[in-house]
Amino acid sequence: MNLMAKYKDPSLFRYIIKNMSDLSVQPLTFMEFCGTHTQAIFKHSIRKLLPKNIKMLSGPGCPVCVTDQKEIDHSIALSHLQGVIIATFGDFLKVPGSDGSNLQKARAQGADIRVVYSPLDAIQIAQKNKEKKVIFLGIGFETTAPIVAASILKAVKENISNYYVFSMHKLTPPATKAILNLGEIKLDGILGPGHVSTIIGSLAWEFLPSIYNMPFAISGFEAIDILKGLESLLKQCIDKKPQVINTYSRSVKPEGNTRAINTMFEVFYEDVAHWRGLGAIPNSGLSIKSSYREFDAKHQFDIEIPDSKVLYSYGCQCHEVIRGLIEPPECRYYKNICTPDNPLGACMVSSEGACSAYYLYSYE
Amino acid sequence: MCVAVPAKIVSISGEEAMVDFGGLFRTISLLFTPEAQVEDYVIVHAGYAISLLTEEEALETISLLDKLEQK
Repeated sequence: MNLMAKYKDPSLFRYIIKNMSDLSVQPLTFMEFCGTHTQAIFKHSIRKLLPKNIKMLSGPGCPVCVTDQKEIDHSIALSHLQGVIIATFGDFLKVPGSDGSNLQKARAQGADIRVVYSPLDAIQIAQKNKEKKVIFLGIGFETTAPIVAASILKAVKENISNYYVFSMHKLTPPATKAILNLGEIKLDGILGPGHVSTIIGSLAWEFLPSIYNMPFAISGFEAIDILKGLESLLKQCIDKKPQVINTYSRSVKPEGNTRAINTMFEVFYEDVAHWRGLGAIPNSGLSIKSSYREFDAKHQFDIEIPDSKVLYSYGCQCHEVIRGLIEPPECRYYKNICTPDNPLGACMVSSEGACSAYYLYSYE
Repeated sequence: MCVAVPAKIVSISGEEAMVDFGGLFRTISLLFTPEAQVEDYVIVHAGYAISLLTEEEALETISLLDKLEQK
């Protein structure tokens, strides 16, 4: 049988929506943290179909969108080094550097940049190009970081000495805390990231109800999954009992995937990270431990990147979109100058960015 | 970026497995789910299985959904 078919059933979708509509409540605002949720929510028109008293906001869960400008500039600078091959996820190609360049333009100028599906592909490129230095651009949250860590361990095991990782990995619970600590937006519940939670476990989120009194529902990515998560948030609000509810138990365990967590912390340690829109957050990023320094592109390639002189100089409002302060259409450049084909800001680049999702699936 | 999709394991060779994403076949790593067996469903992200889909849980959710629908 197809296990997933039921999770896409439109009649069931309508039934849950009706159930939610029958629950009479005051206006509520929920935020989805995860960019993959953002994309799915727009794709399935969930915002439009939800009861009118429920408002959705997109959070800082698109890794490309929250990558700091300096790290983007650093990545582009690495691509211009002689004898280097850059391996990257495709999302990153069009992210604008502070001088208007990007990796795609660098490739047009002759840089060797390869789009890969997995860091394992980057390892293969390293094995086939022993005279070159292969740098994998490590972006992503806890879902991706263990895999990148595993690639470094594979390089150790197979004695591959021309493979490097530029780690820009970030951790989600500290960013969630940062959003709440900022206190700029009033949230009534958070839809929890299903695949980050698959790695870190549902227990990792207990601080949200206990410290912040914040309802939290971990959800999968099918239309029904997302609705079940939102329905759980709604019920928690009505009952005034914030909890961590795991509606994606077919993948998420309370303790997460301990093998993946152990692999991640074998190679990385928690370090301060700079987030677009949120600034520096302690222990919210992953840097490579000194015992694996020979694979650390930050140490192996001597590049000095100046701090961007004026952030947001061209008036890009991505930092406000990321914090949920404005909706994409409220940005002065949305859809006129900034489009997915010619993105001005990171939120329009990645298919998971709020601006891109809004642009592709908006309902006007 | 955290996109991960279910796939069915077709064969296993050491730490690697051939999986079926509904017609698309690819070799992935079972490093994080060594307990996975042929015919199991795994959730795959960037070439690695990050969780073993428990069919029991999936079926249980489906039966809950079925009950909902019948109401």
